[in-house]
Amino acid sequence: MAMNQQGRPTRPNTNAATGGYADTISGSRGLDQAEPLIFERGRTDLTGVDLPEPKGVKTRLGGLERKSEIGLPGLAEPEAMRHYVRLSRKNYAIDLGIYPLGSCTMKHNPRLNEKMARLPGFGDIHPLQPQSTVQGALELIGELAHWLMTLTNTPCVAMSPKAGAHGELCGMMAIRAALDARGETGRRRVLVPESAHGTNPATAVQCGFHCDEIPAGPDGRVDMEAFKAKLGDDVAGIMLTNPNTCGLFERDIREIADLIHEAGGYFYCDGANFNAIVGRVRPGDLGIDAMHINLHKTFSTPHGGGGPGSGPTVFSQALAPFAPVPYVVKKGETWHMVEHEEEARADGAEPFGRMVAFHGQMGMFTRALSYMMSHGSDGLRQVAEDSVLNANYVLARLKHVMTPAFDGTCMHEALFDDRFLKDTGVTTLDFAKAMIDEGYHPMTMYFPLVVHGAMLIEPTETESKSGLDRFCDVLEGLAQAAKSGDTARFSSAPVHAPVKRLDETRAARSPVLVWQEPQDQPQAAE
Amino acid sequence: MTTRFTKDHEWVRLEGDIAIIGITQYATEQLGDVISVELPDVGKSFKKGDEIAVVDSVKTAAEVYAPLSGEVIEINDGIEDAPQLVNDEPLAGGWFAKLKIADKGELDGLMDEAAYAKHIA
Amino acid sequence: MRYLPLTPEDRSEMLDVIGVSSIDALFADVPQAARLDGPVNLPRRATELEVERAFARMAKKNTAASETAFFVGAGAYKHHIPATVDHLIQRSEFLTAYTPYQPEISQGTLQTLFEFQTQVARLTGMDIANASMYDGSTACAEAVLMAARVTKRSRAVLSGNLHPHYAEATRTLARYMNIDIAANAPVPGGLDDVISQIDGETACVVVQNPDVFGNIHDLRPIAEAAHAKGALLIAVFTEIVSLGLIESPGAMGADIVVGEGQSIGVGLQFGGPYVGLFACRNDKSFIRNMPGRLAGETVDADGRRGYVLTLSTREQHIRRDRATSNICTNSGLMALAFTIHMTLLGEKGLKHLAALNHERAVELADALGGVPGVSVETDAFFNEFTVKLPKNAADVTEALIAKGVLAGVPASRLWPGGGLDDRLIIAATETNTDADIALFASALKEVL
Repeated sequence: MAMNQQGRPTRPNTNAATGGYADTISGSRGLDQAEPLIFERGRTDLTGVDLPEPKGVKTRLGGLERKSEIGLPGLAEPEAMRHYVRLSRKNYAIDLGIYPLGSCTMKHNPRLNEKMARLPGFGDIHPLQPQSTVQGALELIGELAHWLMTLTNTPCVAMSPKAGAHGELCGMMAIRAALDARGETGRRRVLVPESAHGTNPATAVQCGFHCDEIPAGPDGRVDMEAFKAKLGDDVAGIMLTNPNTCGLFERDIREIADLIHEAGGYFYCDGANFNAIVGRVRPGDLGIDAMHINLHKTFSTPHGGGGPGSGPTVFSQALAPFAPVPYVVKKGETWHMVEHEEEARADGAEPFGRMVAFHGQMGMFTRALSYMMSHGSDGLRQVAEDSVLNANYVLARLKHVMTPAFDGTCMHEALFDDRFLKDTGVTTLDFAKAMIDEGYHPMTMYFPLVVHGAMLIEPTETESKSGLDRFCDVLEGLAQAAKSGDTARFSSAPVHAPVKRLDETRAARSPVLVWQEPQDQPQAAE
Repeated sequence: MTTRFTKDHEWVRLEGDIAIIGITQYATEQLGDVISVELPDVGKSFKKGDEIAVVDSVKTAAEVYAPLSGEVIEINDGIEDAPQLVNDEPLAGGWFAKLKIADKGELDGLMDEAAYAKHIA
Repeated sequence: MRYLPLTPEDRSEMLDVIGVSSIDALFADVPQAARLDGPVNLPRRATELEVERAFARMAKKNTAASETAFFVGAGAYKHHIPATVDHLIQRSEFLTAYTPYQPEISQGTLQTLFEFQTQVARLTGMDIANASMYDGSTACAEAVLMAARVTKRSRAVLSGNLHPHYAEATRTLARYMNIDIAANAPVPGGLDDVISQIDGETACVVVQNPDVFGNIHDLRPIAEAAHAKGALLIAVFTEIVSLGLIESPGAMGADIVVGEGQSIGVGLQFGGPYVGLFACRNDKSFIRNMPGRLAGETVDADGRRGYVLTLSTREQHIRRDRATSNICTNSGLMALAFTIHMTLLGEKGLKHLAALNHERAVELADALGGVPGVSVETDAFFNEFTVKLPKNAADVTEALIAKGVLAGVPASRLWPGGGLDDRLIIAATETNTDADIALFASALKEVL
């Protein structure tokens, strides 16, 4: 019997109320097993961990012992194992198939990287151990920094940002600090192309800037005339993604860099799409002042269902003095981590501050370096080439049945709009959901915003040609089905997923963010 | 008691020198299901074109601009508790706020129903 | 190359289909001057064996916590993690999934996040929690920004006994947001006076409990003082296990509770990735102003219960320059590790674990307090305390390495030049044996 933490029986549940199917007695359908919440399965007096008995030493808690119950159910180990394994089977994953999310670079995650990160010398060391006992860890950070600076041709990298958006913040804060150091208090306007990812404007605002959108030209790139018209002595800089979110290389990038510098501003490059050019183009050669690198995209560290990310940020000579603490330096044969602003200032730097408690995502550094060393400089160049080749192959195979948003070839991702669905009654969302029934994760939808009903496909270099052929065959088939009026296939999709379409309006209008005892349901619906 | 419209899909209806404002049916269709509305504080004054409210829907968030200048004298608490009213009856129970307006002349710059219908066509 | 499935024949067939003669044609938009002719100046590809050798060489230069008598804490703690946790987080379906934007094929991630949120809310004594932040320090910084939005005020008071890295991360994030940060000097054996700093402009007061020196505090008087002035109390913790034994911040009046979840399920990993926990009261203005992702319950088209990411219009991908935060990712995999370990423990196991931690710390404090010249400064503590030494603590720590003891964190490492050079912050956990404690005490006696 399901018991809650107080040991009272819960209300009799219908299968559907705990996520099960209505048409079987168990709520499961074969291998698609119903799995209630741990709060419905577990009990607060159960545990799956054996611990030694306390000796009964007198406590020294100053009278602040916990008086209330917590309400945390436990499960014996076999039960816990089943709970999570069953739940795992309700997830799509890159290990199950192509994950064509544009701008997300979902590529194969090699398990060698996992093995390296778990070496006790990396996984079991404390961030505040004496530095003499972590020389190998500091060396690894230094080595990864060297690879990143070499691949980007930049003189400095801040390793601590915890994710891409955190790296953006790092870059924009350095720009703000550099402007402040120049006494330029009037430069607060940041130019952001309208195709930019939403993090760009959100980041700019967190640095006290305000955004000014640059429209895209008809070719999906920055409209140079509009850009030039927006330059002025109140401009702090530009935030530009390259290749951009339409999957196109900003071919005027050198001119953009020169013009923004002439105008007294800085060039922040969003490195989300670095995978397309790694090893073939060094952003430092394009005139950038700062760029974050998503180790979880270009360098294959796993996404883990939404993090952790890692966003080291490279800087030009102009911004390097403003990089945050901590950072690693080599003095003779000894590695040293500069942890405090005072120490950095004594070295002549002007750090804008500290972004996180410790030194960044060490566990991601080990994985990324393992990946980079495996590929080497030659393999990384091949990564860029194959990622661009795969995207163009998808574009070429589908351009007759779907509608490419722009003419010509693309970089690492192929962008389509919804013109091919015109008058079919099928939307981009429906089309994406129908892909789920075919066993595929959908592409990025409705982004970038500059294209109507956008569908952005990024296959990455780790897909095989035969895999892409099957994928394109399916999309071709779906496009034809939509055009031939087979709307039923789309409107109710997905029907073969672990759940059908979920009511997002209900979730947002009456948020239920934590589980509560069934008898408390009215409160939960507040 | 005519209703006027802005190009940004707000509507305004005059009752004496009180203006009732909200967003149009077309706006709600574009937004999708409304989740919440951030309404202005009573007593606060706005100039025509100032951001006066924010609507969050399942799909997006949108700013609502004051169609006329004036001081907020009443807000529709009902849509904070039941945001579906904005979708269900945008021109009636889904109103946002009442403004005490300063300058009726500002009304002249707004569209009538026919002009607005043409605007969204 | 082992990670690249395309063969040379594939590549040339694909170029034909695309209709270009060479791969270079696809890079034609790159300015000529920026095109590299060949590989950059870095080592060429390496086999698995070669990579393993290179990593083993670097790893060997580090002293792993499990190889020594280990007492280092101050924001990250050595705990035992059940083998089940690491196995489960390496399941392909968890490890290699993206953010659950397609909920129909992400129910595994979404349900575990919903369970995680519930666990965090219950542990902290709060109503709701988000799906995690980067780490404790960024959660702390984001909480201060949230308090400023909720109260529409722009002054924050940070306790001097807040972990200085947390204070610095907060100061950095707030630096360009026009938020004035007031902070006191640290007080190793007590707590600085935050109450007198709270005024009518104060958005929040931020207090760590147990604090960075290990002291446990009754937060109630601070909560009352804050609330009397219309300010919020943000309670911070770096050791989540403490909540198995001491009163929850929610029960003591906190409005927002943030901290580090690394102790449960997540290894030391030299500082990251960790998992930031973020919980608060269930107030409409709180939910709307909360940073980070939220998993919420709903139903599918057949009326079956399911989960989605919800209230995402707060977030940057929709709200852009008006977002509550620029954060784009959470710490999903670490949140998963946390929730699995917590489910294995359950309330019974967590309380048991907390009792063991406290007991080890009490025994260690007694053992070290018996060493001539050493005084324990912390009266009430959980698993961490501070001692005053007759010598420079950094030198003592260095001398103890050779004796097989990683002794703790010298306060001078956190506040260089802060006048605390003789203080050492020491943590004990269930991983410390009687022999470790005896070794620490005898070795300390020798080096003093």
